[in-house]
Amino acid sequence: MAAKNLPPTYDHIAHHEVFPQTTHDEKARYNFLASLNKHLAHVSQGNALAFKNRVQPGFKKEHGRDFETKEELGDAMAKDQHYQTWSALRRCTMEMRQQAGRSLTYRQAQELTDKVNKLNEGKSSLILDEEVSPPPYLLAVDNHIMPGSYHTELFEGDVSNAANYDGGLFVTTAGLLGRYSDGGGKAISQWVKDNHPDFSPKRILDIGCGMGHNTLPIAKMYPDAEVIGIDTGRPMLRYGHARAMALGYDNVKFMQVEASKMPFEDESFDWIQTTMFLHETGGKSIYNIMKEIYRCLAPGGLTMHIEQPQYTDDMTMYEKWIRDWDAFNNSEPYWSKMHDIDPKELMVECGFNADTFMQIGAQAINDLDDGTQKADEPEDHGRSPIWNVFGAWKK
Amino acid sequence: MDNPIDYINIAGNKPKGKRPYFFDDPAVERVLNITMAVSMELAVARERVDTLERLLEAKGVLTREEITAYTPTSKKIETERQLWHSEYISRILRVIQQSMEELEQPDKSLQEIAEDINKM
Repeated sequence: MAAKNLPPTYDHIAHHEVFPQTTHDEKARYNFLASLNKHLAHVSQGNALAFKNRVQPGFKKEHGRDFETKEELGDAMAKDQHYQTWSALRRCTMEMRQQAGRSLTYRQAQELTDKVNKLNEGKSSLILDEEVSPPPYLLAVDNHIMPGSYHTELFEGDVSNAANYDGGLFVTTAGLLGRYSDGGGKAISQWVKDNHPDFSPKRILDIGCGMGHNTLPIAKMYPDAEVIGIDTGRPMLRYGHARAMALGYDNVKFMQVEASKMPFEDESFDWIQTTMFLHETGGKSIYNIMKEIYRCLAPGGLTMHIEQPQYTDDMTMYEKWIRDWDAFNNSEPYWSKMHDIDPKELMVECGFNADTFMQIGAQAINDLDDGTQKADEPEDHGRSPIWNVFGAWKK
Repeated sequence: MDNPIDYINIAGNKPKGKRPYFFDDPAVERVLNITMAVSMELAVARERVDTLERLLEAKGVLTREEITAYTPTSKKIETERQLWHSEYISRILRVIQQSMEELEQPDKSLQEIAEDINKM
């Protein structure tokens, strides 16, 4: 039997002082779910087949023409049995992942809070501000169908959702983000180091840092820089800071700051990063945030944004439609709208010079990869850690 | 240590937004969700059995070959094992048993029975 496409077991995930403890059966549950996610990536390939062999010919026969809109295409696909089965299974898997993660983190909620508080006590590198509340676009939805999202505390000091997020990323991506789920942060910091070896940022900002899993690789790559992660989710910041302390970082600060109203001085950062953040904002906010990034970036500074792939003209209508699945069914609704924004136009409108705009592809740097995972890996829209990165230098 | 929250209930909370259903009949999808959760628990139990077998083997109590090669050594054991299967299958296919019983013996609704009782 050829062992390929096997996700690593949960035993390989890195533990730190505030990482949630797991029993034998809780780990087995995550192993099952990671394998199920891998399996469903293969099942998802049937959607394209169903579309090509069944849904599209059926529509053409009935209407005497091809699909004219994504909505029309979606309505026809929604009636297809394979699509229904795959969708139902995928939604079900994501809900099971949340249930499994929540049951294990909330079971130890008080212990996690106590550990986090101990590591954070008296530290000036965690700056919480009660005046800062989560913006409306975050309150409107529970991103990734995580009930309570990034900001909910069920009791004073609750960090359960942050811990759930930390442990659960492995499951959702079937281990493709690495032992610390930091494959995105590693990829971008390595790209900057390799492509701009003379760039030595002194002050770096990571907007929407969450629990800091992608902030820390940047801090590690640039140990002499002051790295600041901002977010509005207090549980994420508390947990992220404690996590950074537990992992021995001394050049990272975590601050409760809203991205469209940053308290930082003009031109005070050399590098401003966002990683899988912009698609969780809103249609007006994305412009306000980009303008703030321009304001806070020093001349000669860099800004980079790791995102899902944008729509391109050479994408088929089917591909554009299937890429929206997660937007609506994994509760990341703004993603469906952000697809339509031209990142270059966004940046130019917010002050950046079109000549300095750049767009690159990036893939997670995965320290869990032991060579058994790559064979025949199908593209699983929205899950594969293959991203579009866009950005610019400020003149 | 006191846990301040009801984690069993909290674990199953619904996220914001109306839940999407993909099958024409949401009931079918609910059954699928329950079936998948049961499938997961079977995988969890299977992994635990695997752990037990490996530990027993490592401690020299038995070998996995012995488990694979095992056959019941008496009629009593055979009966116990087959009885377990019978019970298990009846348990999981309960709903089909009930629909067959209803086919055999069409029954009144509880509303109709309530009307009947009201006259009794």
